Amino acid sequence: MRNIHVHVLAVGLSVFSLAIMWTKVSTLGLPIMPDEQTSTWIIEAQIEFEAVGKPVIVNLDIPNSIPGYTRLDESFVSRNYGLSIDIVNKDRRAEWSVRRAKGLQRLYYRLDLAADLTESGSKKNVRAPAPPPIPDYPEPFASAVQDLLQSSRDQSADVFTFVSQLVSNMNNDLTDSSAALIHKGVQAGTEKWVQRITYVLAGARIPARLVRGIVLTKSNGRTPLLNWLEVHNGEQWQGIDPLSGSKGYPDNFVRWSVGDDPLLTIKGGHNVQLHHSISQQPQSLVNVAHERAEAMESTMLGLTLLKLPLATQNIYRILLMIPIGALIVVIMRVLIGIPTFGTFMPILIALAFRETSLLWGIGLFCLIVGSGLALRFYLEKLQLLLVPRLSAVLALVILLMLLLSLLSHELDFEYGIYIGLFPIVIITMVIERMSILWSESGALEAYKTGFGSLLVATITYFVMNNNYLEHWFFMFPELLLLMLALFLWAGRYTGYRLNELIRFRELAK
Amino acid sequence: MFQRIKQLRQAGVVGINARNNRYVMPHNPRALYALVDDKIKTKQLAQSVGIAVPELYGLIRSVGESGNLDTLLQDRHTFVIKPAHGSGGNGILVISGRRRNTFFKHDGTIIDIYRLRHHIENILGGVYSLGGQPDQAIIEYRVKFDPVFNSISYHGVPDIRVLVYRGIPGMAMLRLPTKRSDGRANLHQGAVGVGISLKTGMTTLAVCDNRRIDEHPDFGHTLVGLAIPGWENLLLLATRCYELAPLGYLGVDIVLDAKLGPLLLEMNARPGLSIQIANGQGLQPRLDAIDEHCAQSQLFESAEQRAKLAATLFA
Repeated sequence: MRNIHVHVLAVGLSVFSLAIMWTKVSTLGLPIMPDEQTSTWIIEAQIEFEAVGKPVIVNLDIPNSIPGYTRLDESFVSRNYGLSIDIVNKDRRAEWSVRRAKGLQRLYYRLDLAADLTESGSKKNVRAPAPPPIPDYPEPFASAVQDLLQSSRDQSADVFTFVSQLVSNMNNDLTDSSAALIHKGVQAGTEKWVQRITYVLAGARIPARLVRGIVLTKSNGRTPLLNWLEVHNGEQWQGIDPLSGSKGYPDNFVRWSVGDDPLLTIKGGHNVQLHHSISQQPQSLVNVAHERAEAMESTMLGLTLLKLPLATQNIYRILLMIPIGALIVVIMRVLIGIPTFGTFMPILIALAFRETSLLWGIGLFCLIVGSGLALRFYLEKLQLLLVPRLSAVLALVILLMLLLSLLSHELDFEYGIYIGLFPIVIITMVIERMSILWSESGALEAYKTGFGSLLVATITYFVMNNNYLEHWFFMFPELLLLMLALFLWAGRYTGYRLNELIRFRELAK
Repeated sequence: MFQRIKQLRQAGVVGINARNNRYVMPHNPRALYALVDDKIKTKQLAQSVGIAVPELYGLIRSVGESGNLDTLLQDRHTFVIKPAHGSGGNGILVISGRRRNTFFKHDGTIIDIYRLRHHIENILGGVYSLGGQPDQAIIEYRVKFDPVFNSISYHGVPDIRVLVYRGIPGMAMLRLPTKRSDGRANLHQGAVGVGISLKTGMTTLAVCDNRRIDEHPDFGHTLVGLAIPGWENLLLLATRCYELAPLGYLGVDIVLDAKLGPLLLEMNARPGLSIQIANGQGLQPRLDAIDEHCAQSQLFESAEQRAKLAATLFA
């Protein structure tokens, strides 16, 4: 009965902790491996113009929500200019203004992006736009449009295939007189070109719009904006290549602005130039996940330690490893049966090793415990009371460490200096316990237990210093619940210990 | 390895984890531990129900009281000093002779009154107690053990451990000090464990350091086939201890005094598992048999009845 209770509880805890961990990995992209790198994109828009010494107002469309991407950060560089950001038709517009400016002016807008992990994005069903009214096409344009629409309609089944067909007809049929007529004066692929398609589509009462965007490529540097067509089929907007008529968007397409409004307007300046450039920046996944979580206002972040001040974080990096150490002690004692001084002494010794490095730690430990033990036996002869004797050992241990530090400093060993951080109380306790065990159960038992403690401490040291474990426990503190489950299971373990297989060998016949 | 696990399981060997989880934790309520961990309390309890124990000469509770050592000792020549909360036979000092203020330990070494006092102060300071808490020192009658053991015990006092499960004796062994165990009857310090048949009180086989032996390592006397005198009385005494401290999984340590017969030395709430090695048998079948018996009979059984059950329950 009790067993079922424990099993249910332990399974529940493990599932719960792994579920939280999985959620964090899949939505925030917290890396499973430490030091994983990803890249964030930086898109910079540079506006250059000549001011003429009059008031200047610059309006630039900037992205609002970008499907498939999260805006980590943005910044505006504009000396002397006042800045305001308005939301116009769900697009954002940055407005720089200055009372008087003369000469060459440069304004920058910088955007940091990270790709979303989940494809879904926000496919909220936006209210379908009203179909546009049929424009009053002038002749002979009107008949050319009619002609084109008619031939495309014959070759298509639904809105998208119709538009695809229409676009490809407009592009490819250069021999076609009606297409040529519509083409006239407009270069394929430009803003105007997309607008013209929209204009023609209005003839079929199909809502369409111009979308400007940037394709993220590995080659950093100046990248022109790409003009794209979007068509609404009554349910959702769908991208159409304005050149080939094929459905969809280019890979790594970052939507910059939507709509026919000009991207950039400037009052009080001329010789205007707008450039976009892209650069890619490697960044640790952890940072990106952190920024992403903040941008998403995720509650999951509450469960990571990245919010805490750095000093506190560093303490938790160590504290979170202690249950792992406890797990090692549990395994060693319950499953294997290695004797140790106290239950958690090996963990404390392992923590001390962290400060000295392992080999030095073991060497110093043996040296100090050995000489402390000798002193303790000498004090035994003086027949002192327990507490004063313990204190005497403590004082002598500190003196011993002081000497070692001075000596190592003289000899230019830098390791000796760390010894000061070596937890003194732990050593004193080890000495005391070992000497009692020695006088009571003999040297063999004392050595066995001392060696057992050191062995467990060494294993604990390696486990606690493992990069992966440290990373996992720091990123996913909920793993502590998994540890709790393991402890519950270990607590109900009734099998033999490894050393009992030897101890009871006479009975195994 | 798995082969060995299977073999041990077939032999019904109980491991430490199983002992703790299946027997100690469910049957031994924590609150009762104090009764058996404190040897003074055990002694008083035992005396109140008429169970024989070694006579208490004196009790030293604080360093100040150790000044009274002389008056407590009077002119006693033999006595034992031990911690009230000791474990595993640690901190026990057996004095078997005296010349004025010079004492002779059981192994013949000499110890003066100052070292004696220092030992007591160590006990008071908690050196030998569980968890290092301050303790009390007991001075009590030194058992003059039955001559049966003269030829098979090195210096110390041999004792008999009876494992009493749910009030019914489950297994017993005789523990003999050796040279290596320094006169202590503790198996993992090198003492000899000798299995005893519950039915007949005869020794069955002997082990030392977890290995089967036939003769005492120091004297070479045979250890098998000896009869423990007054076995039924001894078993009854062990069984009655369950009424003293109703711990379901109880180890009772008994000494056989030449004149006084069986005396209760101490009780243990988490008795060790070496008893299985000494008897060459796993505990599991016996514990299962007792469980089965308890499940069938709801009647109250007297200590006499329960002591007799041990002889019949395990064929």
